Amino acid sequence: MTFDNTAKKLQSQATVLDIEQIRADFPILSQQVHGKPLVYLDNAATTQKPNQVIETIDQYYRQYNSNIHRGVHTLSERGTAAYEKARLTIRDFINASSEKEIILLSGATEAINLVAQSYGRSRLSEGDEIIISQMEHHSNIVPWQIVAEQTGASLKVIPINDAGELIMDEYRKLLTDKTRLVAVGHISNALGSINPIKEIIDLAHEYGALALVDGAQAVPHTVVDVQALDCDFYAFSGHKLFGPTGTGVLYGKQTLLEDMPPYQAGGDMIKMVTFEKTIYNDLPYKFEAGTPHISGVIGLGAAIEYVNNIGLQAIAAYEHELLDYATEALTTVKGLRIIGTAANKVSVLSFIMDNIHPHDLGTILDHAGIAIRTGHHCAMPVMQHFQIPATARASMAFYNTKQEIDCLVQGIEYAKKVFA
Amino acid sequence: MFDLKDLYQEVIVDHNRSPRNFGKLENADRSLEGYNPLCGDRLTVYLKLDGDQITDIRFDGSGCAISIASASLMTEAMKDKTIAEARLIFNNFHELVTTDGTDIDHDKLGKLMAIAGVRDYPTRVKCATLCWHTLHSAIAGEQTSVSTE
Repeated sequence: MTFDNTAKKLQSQATVLDIEQIRADFPILSQQVHGKPLVYLDNAATTQKPNQVIETIDQYYRQYNSNIHRGVHTLSERGTAAYEKARLTIRDFINASSEKEIILLSGATEAINLVAQSYGRSRLSEGDEIIISQMEHHSNIVPWQIVAEQTGASLKVIPINDAGELIMDEYRKLLTDKTRLVAVGHISNALGSINPIKEIIDLAHEYGALALVDGAQAVPHTVVDVQALDCDFYAFSGHKLFGPTGTGVLYGKQTLLEDMPPYQAGGDMIKMVTFEKTIYNDLPYKFEAGTPHISGVIGLGAAIEYVNNIGLQAIAAYEHELLDYATEALTTVKGLRIIGTAANKVSVLSFIMDNIHPHDLGTILDHAGIAIRTGHHCAMPVMQHFQIPATARASMAFYNTKQEIDCLVQGIEYAKKVFA
Repeated sequence: MFDLKDLYQEVIVDHNRSPRNFGKLENADRSLEGYNPLCGDRLTVYLKLDGDQITDIRFDGSGCAISIASASLMTEAMKDKTIAEARLIFNNFHELVTTDGTDIDHDKLGKLMAIAGVRDYPTRVKCATLCWHTLHSAIAGEQTSVSTE
């Protein structure tokens, strides 16, 4: 089930979230910034962490901090069990068929780099083509530029329209028998657009190409089922999913991962080492060299359990309500233009103002306790399409409220007065 | 607590709305681009030199209010100054926005004091100093564009 076709249906059957209860789980939200209650609207950059995650990490360091997979002592066994339990939680969260397909890494960035360097570098050659899109985050552009340079492959880019949607007809034209890999974001961080990812994957497969999905912005907002999507790789970060920074996941189909050479070498990724020959470990450990981010992964498991308890469908429905409310509220602000008006969107609102640079707006809003992101959002080609240097971006999570959106609008109106 | 008005003073708002010496300087002896990748600010500083003297200085580009106002005020402060004087103003200004400012000759800085508020906003100091670093490099005869990162 993907968000694309179910969002509207879900809205009608949403269970009502107890936002006050939810907010109480996030200690950071109850503070004041510049003497005003914090309004945190920078969730596409990183999300806040609930007590359940913070306490899980705290417990690991206080009670069973140890290195995993090797130790025979009690703490190490507890650590290993908790770490591997988190892997199973992640497997179920995206409905992967096996935990061998869940590679635990430092973030979506590392996950994409792993595929580019392990799969791309060993399989691509001159004349091969990689397709990405104009709305990609830099982390889904630069790894492909590097591997293209290394292998002689070339990069093709799916353009976007003025609403911030992929132009699917242009995508179809780019696909040829030279296409080896299509790497596209599930949801745009700068625009909030939800891409028709299933269709993108199916088309790639029609041409015998693999499909990698950058799901960094998708997993906090929508149900992801990698088997239903039939994607070959799916990458996401833990910290955008209410988990710790420095955690990330690469899902890859087992048959592909088995054939791919290691990405980094070191401890834990081997079965046996002699100076004559090294035998690599089985999946998923083959791709997890060195001591991993144990506390982070266990914390990510707790974050996913937290999200599961609330329910992603209820989250999606509530966030859609917030998006509609915020879109309407911002539309009433004179001189404000929303950048990214795709028909299918998550609760991310990029906008620009007449006569107020996003950076100035960001500072003024900060003074009102409101945290938004300003800049190019690591998506410079998106800015180039709209011929703007930067946008202001308010991105909402399920702990945000309509009152907070009212605060945002008041803050913007105040900024207009400063520059009037 | 910082007062927002210390940052967005009337002088800043005015120089942002109507920047002085804005637009390309034809026949410039030197020109250099400065770029702040963090916020996308991009300014070009143009210089006309007569020996040791800055006879004309202009700038163009786009940026936030702090960077535009700072550039506008800088061009006003630098016109008809010798390069030695310009360097002195540069050093004073740099002190102004990066230190607590106790050693600064306020009288010499004049209207530039309006930028002082940026001190309390570490992320915005680069906005204020972009054009200054660009000018500094242009005077030094550097050819490649300046980046704040």
